[in-house]
Amino acid sequence: MAVLSNHPVNRDQAKVMNRYDITKRLVGLLHADEAVIGGIGYTNFDLWAASESASGRRQQNFYMLGSMGLAVPIAMGVAIAQPRRKVFALEGDGSVLMQLGSLSTVAARKQTNLCVVIMDNGAYQITGGQKTATGEGADIVGIARASGLEQSAWAADEDAFVELVARSLKEDGPWLIGCRIDTAKPVDTTERDPARIRDNFMKGLGVRA
Amino acid sequence: MAETWYEIVVEVLKRHNVSLVTYVPDNVLRPLVAAIEADPFFTAFACTREEEALGINAGAYMGGVRSILLMQTSGFATLPNVLASLSVPFSIPTVMMVSERGTLGEFNIGQSLVARTMRPVLDALSIETHTMTRLDEAEFILDRSLVQAFATMAPVCFILSPLLTGGKVFSK
Repeated sequence: MAVLSNHPVNRDQAKVMNRYDITKRLVGLLHADEAVIGGIGYTNFDLWAASESASGRRQQNFYMLGSMGLAVPIAMGVAIAQPRRKVFALEGDGSVLMQLGSLSTVAARKQTNLCVVIMDNGAYQITGGQKTATGEGADIVGIARASGLEQSAWAADEDAFVELVARSLKEDGPWLIGCRIDTAKPVDTTERDPARIRDNFMKGLGVRA
Repeated sequence: MAETWYEIVVEVLKRHNVSLVTYVPDNVLRPLVAAIEADPFFTAFACTREEEALGINAGAYMGGVRSILLMQTSGFATLPNVLASLSVPFSIPTVMMVSERGTLGEFNIGQSLVARTMRPVLDALSIETHTMTRLDEAEFILDRSLVQAFATMAPVCFILSPLLTGGKVFSK
């Protein structure tokens, strides 16, 4: 993808950003009731925090409570069911490493309305900061490209992240955006009420009244 | 008129608007997968892992599309965590169909051992389970259980016994 050539070629060249800050920027770009699936851990907590506003909490978010690694598959299921809606999966590096096969499934199906955002701090942060393989040389964007996701790129910095998200909203995917993030604590903690999470999400998607 | 077990499955799935089929392949399921893939009513594809397929189906349900996951016994053994953390607590009617290995002439000890974990896991999670052994009962079991799964928003598992499918037979 020549059009993505101005982005860093590898993880080492990408700026380390703040998870809450870029999640807030992502949510701020969503104006068409796009669906967002929050993986587990701090990625999930900061999606919850970033989705609160004066007009209430955005409804088109799904918050996993376990089932580590399934943000991409769940997002793909939503994307298959609702092909005219853009769907985002927010996933951590440890989580995506657990389900790398899902990247090749997304690529093989050419799921055009799907964008995967990887929050990569090289650590299983919520369990004590143990290292993941991404801090030891595994490059998620490289893995994604080799899995067939050609439109995969590292966000060089916050402006580049916003540019990539904006493109994913306008143009067909599947997309994968790699984000290097810091180890800051999340801003809030997601409410853990599965019935309410699911019901809100289905209402947000227009499946339930 | 459906005459084989897999024709009956196709017919009942269509009746209940179960249009998404994810699977990890299995030899016994081959005629069912072939029949589904030949029918434009269905969206069907193989996944890399059973839990990936379950996640896709869960997302599709929340997006308004009904689905089924096809797998064999050893694949089911990879699912307890996602059943307990996604399907059951979120009340998602995950429909599963398992081709039963490990019994009635199994030749692979790995299959016969892992098969023994399946029913205890389903029981531990109180998941409605039917072992399908007879052609004349197949339509009734599938039809009624799909009604129940979607009405009660609860997972259901259909175990396809070798008594129904013929199973996989030993060959040197």
